[in-house]
This record gives sequence, C-alpha cells and structure tokens, in this order.
Amino acid sequence: MANIKNSTKKTKAQSMGMHTEALTGKTQQKFFNPDEAENFFYWGTHDVDFNKRTEIDVKDMDCNEANKKIDSLMSEGYGTIVIKNPQGKHSLGVGILNKLNLIFEGSLGYFGIGSIDGPIVRVNGRVGWSCAENMMAGKVVIEKNAGSCFGAAIRGGDLICKGSVGARTGIDQKGGSIIVGGDAGAFTGFMMQRGRIVILGNVGINLGDSMYDGTIYVGGKIGSFGSDAVKAPMTKNDMDWLKRKLKVAEIGSDFDVSKMTKVVAGKKLWNYDALEPTEKKGAI
Amino acid sequence: MCGIAGLIHRGKSSNVGRELQDMLQALKHRGPDSTGYALYGEGNNQGDYIMRFKVGENVAEGSSAINEDKSVYDERRKQVDKHIRDLGGSIVNDQQLTPYSFRYCIKYNKDLMEFSKVIEGVEMVEILSIGKSLELIKDLGDAKVVSKRYGLDKVKGTHGIGHARMATESGVDIRSAHPFWGYPFSDVSVVHNGQLTNYWNNRRALENKGMRFMSECDSELIAVFLAEKMRNGATLEEGMKESLSGLDGVFTYFVATKDSLGMAKDTMAAKPLVLYESDDLVAMGSEEIAIRSILPQEIDTYDPFDGEVKVWQI
Repeated sequence: MANIKNSTKKTKAQSMGMHTEALTGKTQQKFFNPDEAENFFYWGTHDVDFNKRTEIDVKDMDCNEANKKIDSLMSEGYGTIVIKNPQGKHSLGVGILNKLNLIFEGSLGYFGIGSIDGPIVRVNGRVGWSCAENMMAGKVVIEKNAGSCFGAAIRGGDLICKGSVGARTGIDQKGGSIIVGGDAGAFTGFMMQRGRIVILGNVGINLGDSMYDGTIYVGGKIGSFGSDAVKAPMTKNDMDWLKRKLKVAEIGSDFDVSKMTKVVAGKKLWNYDALEPTEKKGAI
Repeated sequence: MCGIAGLIHRGKSSNVGRELQDMLQALKHRGPDSTGYALYGEGNNQGDYIMRFKVGENVAEGSSAINEDKSVYDERRKQVDKHIRDLGGSIVNDQQLTPYSFRYCIKYNKDLMEFSKVIEGVEMVEILSIGKSLELIKDLGDAKVVSKRYGLDKVKGTHGIGHARMATESGVDIRSAHPFWGYPFSDVSVVHNGQLTNYWNNRRALENKGMRFMSECDSELIAVFLAEKMRNGATLEEGMKESLSGLDGVFTYFVATKDSLGMAKDTMAAKPLVLYESDDLVAMGSEEIAIRSILPQEIDTYDPFDGEVKVWQI
C-alpha cells in the first residue's frame, strides 16, 4: 500500500490556509498502490492519441447518442474531438475518465462535462447549471458565462470560466480550483470543504456560507459574508499561486492579486482538529 | 419543476405564437401536465376587450377535475351572455374553441373588477383574461397539443410568456395552470417556476383587501400580489421589486403587460433562468434549449443574479 507519511514541516498549502494533503485524521484513505500499477485497470478509460483528431455534429443527436459517440471515438483512439452544434443540450461530455482534448463549438445546457477525470475541455460558448459537477481531474475552460452551481462538488482539476457565473459556485467543493474572470452570484463557496475559488469580479451575498475549509479569493466587491466565512491576510504564497493560476487560466494576467480579498473558514469542525491550519486559527 | 419561457420583440411584430410554442415544447420535460400561453397580439383593431373564459374543465385522461354533464356548459354560457348585456356591455364577436372555453370580443367601458365578479359568479365560470391585446390560453397537454387545439401557431404579436406545468401544489386542471391573469387589470399575466411558502398568509391578507383567487395554486399569488400593488399606484417594476421581500420561497417569474415584459428572481437564485438580450429581441427560459429552439445560431446568454428584476418595453 502507498505509504503516505505525515510531515511536521509546514507546507505551502498549510501556509495558504489549507490543511496538508498528508491526512492524519479520520478521513485518511489509501486508494492506490503504485507497486501494483501493472495490474491496475481503470474501467471506462481509453488510450488515445492527441494527434488523432475528428469532428462530430450533434445537432440531431440527443445527449445519450452524443456521449456514446464520444466514447466510441475514444475507443478508436481519437484524442482530440471537436463537437459541433451542441445548442444548449444537457449532460454532454460527461463521465470521461481519460486524457482527451474535447472542444465544444457552442454552448452547453445543464450538467455538462460532469464526473470527468482527466480530459482537457474547452467550451467556446456558455454552460448551464452544474457544469463539471464532481470533476476529479483535468482542465475545463468556458469562454463565456456559466449558470449556477458551477463546479458543484469538484474534487480536483482546474475549472475556469472567463465570463460570469451564477449562484452557489463551488457548492460542496472538495478540491481543485475554480477560477472566474467575471462576477459570481450568491452563496459562492457554499459548504465548500477544500480547494480554492478565485473570483476576479464581484460576488453576491452569503459568500462562503457554512464553509468547512478551503480558500476563496475575491477581486471585486463582496455582497456579504456567509456564516463561518472570515477574511484572512494575503501571503506571498497566496499571491504567487494566484499569479500562476491566472496565467494557466488565460485570464487576468495583469490583475493586481495583492488587492484581492482572501476568505477562509472561521469555524473549527469537531473532526478537523488534526487538520486545522495554523493560519486559520490566526484568522479566527 | 415547471418550465417558463418568454420573449419580446422590440419595435416589431412576429409570429410569437409559433415561437413560444417551440420554446415551451423544448421545456416539455419540465412540465408535461398542462401548458399555457399569454400572447400579446394585435387585438381586434376596434379597441374592444378580448375576454377568454371557460365554463368547465378539461376532464381528459390525467385531469384531476370532476367530470360533468356537458349540457351544463350551454346554460352557463347563456348566463355569461346575459350578465354581459345586463352590465351594459355588448358582445361583438364570439368563438367557442372547445366545449368548455370561449373567446369573446366585447365592448365594455366600466369597472373590470365589478364586471369580473358578476361573470365569475356563474358556477364554474372563470375569466382567463381580459385585455385589448392579451390572449391567455391554457389547457392540459404539451405545448404543441395546446397550440394545435387553439390554433396558436399563427398568432402574431410583439411578446408573450408561457408555462409548461408539472402539478405539485394543486390539481391537474385548467384553473391551476399558468399563466395567471393579473385580475382586475387588463392585459396583465404572470408565469412562475418555484414554490411560495407564505401563500396562505398573503392570500388571506389580499382577500381581505378585495382581491380574488380562483385556484389554490401558489403561483396565482404572484399575479394577485402584483395587481394589488399596481392598484395602489405602484408601477409594475416597483411591484416586482416589492415581491422579492413580500413573497417567501423560491421563484423565478415573468410578468407581461400590454407593452412590457419583466422577470424577477428570488434572493437565493434557487430557480433557473437563462436570458438572451439584443437590441430587437429578448428571449428567456428555464433552460437554454428553449432559447435555442428559436435562435439556433451561437448567441451570448447569461443567468440573471439573485434578487434581480428586469423590465423591457416593446
């Protein structure tokens, strides 16, 4: 089994208000043994070649047909797939568990790109509610606006919206990064548990309401703080991370990150005693 | 769940009946029980009121309405005709659209509240709408079924709102279907997606002020709430802004008048809305696919934020 060792040295993540990933509490889990990698099979994945490219027009397909077509193309080794005419259809591009360049030439409806683990997705349009819900890994870039519940319960990866997003962005977020170039609605970071949210514009009311952990950075005005959300001082590590992430996100490269407001959880949960970051205690 | 859709053409007329049909049909999965349209057409050119009313319910399969002997419909209609004449009005044109629903053009120049009270005093009779451009149609079935039944796909006009209903708070019948007329104001209609939790408190208070409710559907409260505010001198937009605090629950609703279309979203933004806005057209719906049904080309859309109220003029 993998040997995840505890570290007494303070990590960058800790200094930014996050607990270390070397878990010591009840939530410690060991999922994967590198020594047994040869025997490891991740069901539903395909070996694809990024240089093998194709396009499909989903105008006359429903979401089941379109998703099955994407799966079929991946099984044939296509590593770059362009989707034409998505026209706001729901649940497109979900459940992709391998590396893939997926490009949507248009807008998606609700629950687009959900439960993914690894692909790089670009949407040259808008997305509806619950985009990239339960995303595990990968990178998703939305060129226009997004609806509510953007990045609900994501566990990893980079989820980027260059426009504005609706309410409850990052609700129940458990990891990864959500980066928004415009404004965000009410209840941003509602019940978030880990990960980071970056909003370059304004946010609505009840920011970070009931958050357990994680960090939210806001560049504009904050409508109001939710219960359990408190301001924390920006550190050099915060600013370095923000500059790097904004560059990766293709937005706000000249944004003055030193003027952003940092928000963390102000409540200590009963089972978080081993994980409570020093810096957060200072903020309280 | 329910789906709502609305559109307004600014500065021109269009085939709003067909457009709204397509938008609502795209939202059928959100509400298969009944569909309703409030279309703002060209009226009858004489400045007469158009009154849509029903004398009974659609008792087709799936309906929760009580089956009646259809012979009572004729008697009720005769009573309505007599009341119109007794009130000093005259019927310019009358159409029977289904065994239970009618469209009248009437001349009448007195108080609409008094008029409505008398007409709706006839058992089972409900005025669906009165207006000089409003045509409010609602019935059981999906958007295409209702549109075909009432010949709506050729209706021209400037704007309209519609609703695909999944019955949760009240029966599967026409009286609980949306849109709701903003009684007693001519040409005011409302559709709603959501759930209101202070319905009964508000209803009792408004009934004490003389306002009328025809159903037990919580959404009707919005129409009555706004009508009461307007009766007391508020503008439509002022009334809508007051509704954000006066109505408790989760909601996105549309309201339309003779020359405007508005939307309001509750302070938790718990119900969806996607909006497209250009210089000559505003289209909005519970899901983007509703807008895409009339604008398949790539367009910029967005979600209005929590507590947002917007009103557009034709």
